[in-house]
Amino acid sequence: MLEYARWKYILVAVVLALALLFALPNVFGDDPALQVARKDHAPITTDVSHEVEAFLKERNVPYVKSYIDNDRLMVRFANVDNQLAARDAVNAKYAGTYITALSFAPRTPAFLRALGLRPMPLGLDLRGGLYLLYQVDVNAAVNQALEGYAQDARRALAAANIPFKDVTAVALGNDKIPNAVRVVLPPQADLTAARTAVNQALQGLSLSTENLASGSAITGVMTGAQIRERQDYAIQQNITTLRNRVNELGVSEPIVQRQGIDRINVQLPGVQNSAEVKDILGRVATLEFRLEDMQNNPLEAAQTGRAPLGSKLYTKTRFGRPVLLKREVIATGDQLTNATTGQSQEGPAVNIKLDARAGENMLKTTRANLNKRMAVVLIDKRRETIEVDGKKVTRDVTDEEVINDATIRGVFSNQFQITGLGAAEARDLSLLLRSGSLATGIYPIEERAVGPSVGRENIQKGVTALLVGMAGVFLFMAIYYRTFGLVADLVLLANVVLLTALLSMMRASLSLPGIAGIILTVGMAVDANVLIYERIREEVRKGVSPQAAIRAGFDKALSAITDSNITTLIAGVVLWIFGTGPIRGFAIVLTLGIATSMFTSLMGSRALLTLMYGGRRKIARLSI
Amino acid sequence: MEFFSHQTRYPFMATRKVWYTLSAVLMIVSLASFFTRGLNLAIDFTGGVNAEVNFTHAADVEAVRAKLVAAGFHEPQVQRFGSSQDISIRLPPDPKQSAIEVRARLEGAVKSLDAGAQVAQLEVVGPQVGSELKTSTVWALFFTLLLIFIYIAFRFHTWRLSLGAIFAVLHDPILVIGFFSLTQISFDLAVVAAILAVVGYSLNDTVVVFDRIRERFETNRRSAPDVVLDESINQTLSRTIMTKLVTSIVVVALLFLGGPVLRGFSAALLIGIIAGTYSSIYISSAIALDFGLNAEHVFPSVKKDALDHLP
Repeated sequence: MLEYARWKYILVAVVLALALLFALPNVFGDDPALQVARKDHAPITTDVSHEVEAFLKERNVPYVKSYIDNDRLMVRFANVDNQLAARDAVNAKYAGTYITALSFAPRTPAFLRALGLRPMPLGLDLRGGLYLLYQVDVNAAVNQALEGYAQDARRALAAANIPFKDVTAVALGNDKIPNAVRVVLPPQADLTAARTAVNQALQGLSLSTENLASGSAITGVMTGAQIRERQDYAIQQNITTLRNRVNELGVSEPIVQRQGIDRINVQLPGVQNSAEVKDILGRVATLEFRLEDMQNNPLEAAQTGRAPLGSKLYTKTRFGRPVLLKREVIATGDQLTNATTGQSQEGPAVNIKLDARAGENMLKTTRANLNKRMAVVLIDKRRETIEVDGKKVTRDVTDEEVINDATIRGVFSNQFQITGLGAAEARDLSLLLRSGSLATGIYPIEERAVGPSVGRENIQKGVTALLVGMAGVFLFMAIYYRTFGLVADLVLLANVVLLTALLSMMRASLSLPGIAGIILTVGMAVDANVLIYERIREEVRKGVSPQAAIRAGFDKALSAITDSNITTLIAGVVLWIFGTGPIRGFAIVLTLGIATSMFTSLMGSRALLTLMYGGRRKIARLSI
Repeated sequence: MEFFSHQTRYPFMATRKVWYTLSAVLMIVSLASFFTRGLNLAIDFTGGVNAEVNFTHAADVEAVRAKLVAAGFHEPQVQRFGSSQDISIRLPPDPKQSAIEVRARLEGAVKSLDAGAQVAQLEVVGPQVGSELKTSTVWALFFTLLLIFIYIAFRFHTWRLSLGAIFAVLHDPILVIGFFSLTQISFDLAVVAAILAVVGYSLNDTVVVFDRIRERFETNRRSAPDVVLDESINQTLSRTIMTKLVTSIVVVALLFLGGPVLRGFSAALLIGIIAGTYSSIYISSAIALDFGLNAEHVFPSVKKDALDHLP
């Protein structure tokens, strides 16, 4: 008797139905599209979409449809020419308010979209775009922290009137990387007093003293955990900054991710001009908090071009007039731990948090300078490629801009608010503050650019190979195993659908090796069916009855199937862990494909075969 | 339809010396080629620049090369690629050049020959990234083999069967690498992925054969080991050939239709599948046999005293 538990039938049916639903968005294809977003990041409303549609009609740029997705407006076009024409038109008219980006919009019908079902996102090698791998100089970040400690130690020693020879960052241990601060004192110095003095300045470091031939020294070492924390912070800040800058570029669906210990992976679909992009992304920005010089007249200094002693003149400011700021820096960007928009009694405000050391500095400064003014300077270092005499020249440019100038209303240490701003101003300022809180540069170590036509070609080739491969397998199985072969073909089809559904659900990016992985899974999935069918043939040859033969085939083949898939699974998992980019896509497909193929060949085939042969009383011959 | 309508009886074990020789020759050739000629490593591993340029008219390879040298690139490799208008350029890594400048200079050089030329694809890999990839590839291969060895040790309780399986697992990647070394096809990261997949996949057959061997020994302790091994291979032959044939159909489709990006990948898969099938059928069991495999090892027998106490 050939039977199959009813709940198993239901399971198979439910899984297949769900798989079909999730895989469905992938069949519709996509259109070239224009993505429109607001510069101030507010969500797009329907009147904006009407406005843009009317504008395109007026300019005679035909579009297929427009809809709002993820707070952005997507306008679909029939071809790339229309898409480009629309982009140029919209950019010309709305440059100040909206940012546009070229993209591809899937033709998924609205009801599927409403359910949250989307097709698989395409990787860069299938879409075209730019991939950049940035190296973050984490050692520079640690160095910066050490310099900060050194500066504080110098100040503390000077305040306690203890003469010192030198305070520098040094490298202890096996790497040549600086990880400690050393205070070198002359022979006659009071070591105990010095130690007390620097205790506060070097708080958190593990201190040790030693006697040198030329005097004595106090060394404060950063622990491994502290170093890692500083490095992590540097990377996180860089990631946030890159994300902000990437958003400014107006790229659709960009990816900015940490890769490894000290690298950042940036993927920009649809972007072709890498020079411009790298210039924008590679900017180094710092912040400085300084007191305003209330005694001297900035306009006078601007006219003569000379700033009085102890001050610095800034001509580029957000509020139009030049300003004189004191030379001493109260806090720097890397000491900023957070800057968010918030509310105060006077309206929108920016909440600022500094780290402990900056907090102390701020406390001292605000206590001594109530009702005086304090300013924030944004320093932007970037690399510019310009034309000089027809040749392209790359140079480093430093921009200094005073982005805020406010009165110190109260005494505060590490948490305070900047008020008196409009809502948009507050948002801008907090963004700038966050993006400016970096001093370490990043530089690209890997770059891959894929043109959009190459991307389309790759998809076409991949899909063709998949269809031809599947057709070949289908035909072969049908001829070699007859009806059972057709059953295997159906099961294979279900396998591909299930795999597609899983990948769509996971939102895993599909790459060209990923498509190859699907093709390979098709070939490997047949293995299980072949094992079962060859066993069935053997049993029939031995003279076992048809239905018993089918059952025996499944039972005996089970252990071989599970075993034989494990080794491929091992390879897939190792590749998943070690792989990056498109290769990881391949590994994911391979591993998932094994799981789905086991499900469909074991449960799916059995359900189908039992349905076909289970009920019948007498079967003369198996069509296998 | 059936290829094997009746049980086959090929004498695999009896002829095993022939297969050993063949394998030995192939492996020696592969290793020799690898150590002398080496692999044609892609920029994934060496670092450097890869670019594809579409010209609006047929391009002169020499002229392009001259322009690139004039632009300050040294040792550019310029080749035709597909149609006469498509050129592929490969530049060795240069630590002095930044990735930012490369594109600008490349475009400048190319556009001075043909204003409409387009850089369709550009890849710049820093030398450090390349060497890191080499290291992580070796680790990946090592881990895969290690995990597979552990699995084999657990699965086949006797070390003789394990040895046969391990040999097959090592044999296949060596042949694939030898193939790439002899043909100097570009060896990139995708090829490594294919090799790992092959390593995992080719063990399938060995597992199936060994499973059958256990089954046969379980029911039939008295036959000589070489007979049992022969029978096992013959009985699983149809299944082995069928599966590999079907997988080859899809890989061939990928090879011819998948485009240049996947060419190395598909070639590695195809060679790996062929090598894997061959080693599963002809080599794994033979090795187990030559190390003295018999029924005792697979199924330790019940103590004879128990039987003697029966009346």
